[in-house]
Amino acid sequence: MSPTNVEKRIKLPASLRNFDVDHYLKSLKFSLYTMRRPLDGFWDLIHEGRGSLAAAHTLVAIMIIVEILRLVLTNFQFININMETFSAWLIMGQILLPMLLWSLANWSLTTLFEGKGKISHIYMGTAYALTPMIIINAVLIPISHIITFEEGALYWVFTGLAVIWFVLLLLCAMKEIHDYTFGKAIITSLASILAIGIMIFIFIMFFAVVSGGIAYFYSIGQELAFRFLG
Amino acid sequence: MKKKLIFVAFFAFFAGFFGFINSTAVFAGGLTNYTYTYNEWGIPVPSPDAYRVSSFILGDSFGIGHFDRPQDLQVFGNLLYVVDTYNNRIVTLQINDDGTHELAEVITSVTMPDGQQSTFDRPYGIFVSDWDLTRGERWIADTFNQRILHTDENWNVITIIDRSKLELSLLPDQLDFLPRKIASDFSGRLFVQASHVNRGLMEFDLTGYFVGYMGAPDVSISPVDQFWRMIATREQRERMALFVPVEYNNVRIDDEGFLFVTTSSADVDPIRRLNAMGSDVMIRNGLDDPIGDLWIGSAAGISGASTFIDAAALPNNTFVAFDSNRGRMFAYDSQGQLLYVWGGVGNREGNFILPTALVNMDFTLFALDSTAAAITRFDLTEYGQFINSALEMYQRGLYEESVFYWQEVLRMNGNFGLAYIGMARAYLRQGYYRNAMEMFRIQNDASGFGRAFSFYRRVWMEDYFWIFAAVIGVLMIVPPVVRQTLKIRKEIRNS
Repeated sequence: MSPTNVEKRIKLPASLRNFDVDHYLKSLKFSLYTMRRPLDGFWDLIHEGRGSLAAAHTLVAIMIIVEILRLVLTNFQFININMETFSAWLIMGQILLPMLLWSLANWSLTTLFEGKGKISHIYMGTAYALTPMIIINAVLIPISHIITFEEGALYWVFTGLAVIWFVLLLLCAMKEIHDYTFGKAIITSLASILAIGIMIFIFIMFFAVVSGGIAYFYSIGQELAFRFLG
Repeated sequence: MKKKLIFVAFFAFFAGFFGFINSTAVFAGGLTNYTYTYNEWGIPVPSPDAYRVSSFILGDSFGIGHFDRPQDLQVFGNLLYVVDTYNNRIVTLQINDDGTHELAEVITSVTMPDGQQSTFDRPYGIFVSDWDLTRGERWIADTFNQRILHTDENWNVITIIDRSKLELSLLPDQLDFLPRKIASDFSGRLFVQASHVNRGLMEFDLTGYFVGYMGAPDVSISPVDQFWRMIATREQRERMALFVPVEYNNVRIDDEGFLFVTTSSADVDPIRRLNAMGSDVMIRNGLDDPIGDLWIGSAAGISGASTFIDAAALPNNTFVAFDSNRGRMFAYDSQGQLLYVWGGVGNREGNFILPTALVNMDFTLFALDSTAAAITRFDLTEYGQFINSALEMYQRGLYEESVFYWQEVLRMNGNFGLAYIGMARAYLRQGYYRNAMEMFRIQNDASGFGRAFSFYRRVWMEDYFWIFAAVIGVLMIVPPVVRQTLKIRKEIRNS
């Protein structure tokens, strides 16, 4: 019996069978490099195979966890949410859904405009761009407990910094992934946001039409039932 | 401020839940008024009664027949003036200290300067002055005679304000002059709310001449409306609703000479406090602005925001606004923080069908229901008295003294947010920073918490500074010593 047959009998998915732990850890650590040297880093991430989807998933998962912890553990002087209505699933959706919609919308657009990136590349780039946000937000949680409301400017400056850093990284990622100029990267990114809006609109409209249709046939059915059965 | 308009289903459930709680309380503790308040998250929570019905006054009980659609109440000393509009008379009741009341007089006509008697035609309002200059004098809005009668205390007319004195008002000739509510300040200036006048209050001087309009509410056009107006054609624009200032529906003057005005429009602040210049000086430091209900349900044909029809300014700077939409009374403190809400629409005692006017005699409230043609008297409960005592101490800055009363209030109602803030302030002043932080935390008061926490942090740093000093010292001293020792030892070994 050849070794290939043994592998076939265990029937692990190919992605797990070929899982390279060493590469995974290296690609995860690479997020710290893309954070500091985005132009260089995002090029290598995609085109030199320095990144991995597994690391991207990990980053997104960490982002979700940090976001939940941030909302729950930050001192109430800065973030105050009613725990009675808090839902961790909602927070998860608020991160995952935009990421997926972004990847889809951006790919749909850039593929028409000579973009080189695949949908997985866009997802990976976006996930890697989250790194500074993860780090800053995580550090801000304990800091929020030793500063007062009057010193809140300090807190909000860093929160804003995290967002700005993320946006810049995202633009760099788009530029490198699609091999665009900076201007083109900005324009396609703005257009992608518009595309997300259109997608959500169509989605909602579709639901409204379908539920309206169902209600219509349901009422016809009921009418018939009342007339002939009742 | 138009937030938290959470609708229908959840509210219906909540209201039902509340009704259940209160209906059980009825059997436990006698009559209640469905009192509630809004907590720090803006969610309605039950509260003990701060006011309870102590009597229900019908015109028939004095042998003068029922009131017919009465429109206004006014208090002077221990006299309560009822403007019995559709009977064309003014009924004066005397309220005794023991809580009883009796008929004082019934006025159907006044003596004109030429000695003749003149009757009223559906008067809508009265003002009885308690200011030094004009004490005891009265102004009657004799609405459908299109005049205001200024009389002395024996109902002899001093001046008549009618169309002839309105030259400066630019009131179109085809428009009737229909004065409805009146208030006068210490200098005898007269502020009149009239029908069809949307430029604010009409102001008259003591001799009865029109001086000007004052206090018109600002009109604000939302960006969305502005956008639609921009892209609309001329014909469409003409058919759109005009953005004109809204009419006030009532005016009251408080002890300090500020005017409380209310309006039914949802587009502007439903209650405002105007100074002599006509600008709004209402303090809005509460968790939410004084707009009535925050949760707006839609049930039993009632929907929409609270529409205030009247307000009573109590002696300790709190005020009670009367919502004609749901028959509720909203009590706010001097900072505009909601204290409690009670009342409702219905035929029960303490409920109203068509709320019209609300006045206070010291802390006792009299609410007028036009359709039921009845006056309901409300008196403070022990709970309400404790809140007032605490507020009095608190407003004078006697935080330590107020703690006792706040504790009593909290014992009766753990949902009363202001009590936690009051106690937190007292703790802060006494140096119990930890407790103060805890109390501020309960009320989501970030700035108060920050203040307490900065003191707490300073004390903590002073107490534990030696640890930091020690750690830093050790870090500075130990490594060089170790290095030196190793070096010496190496040299010894090598030699």
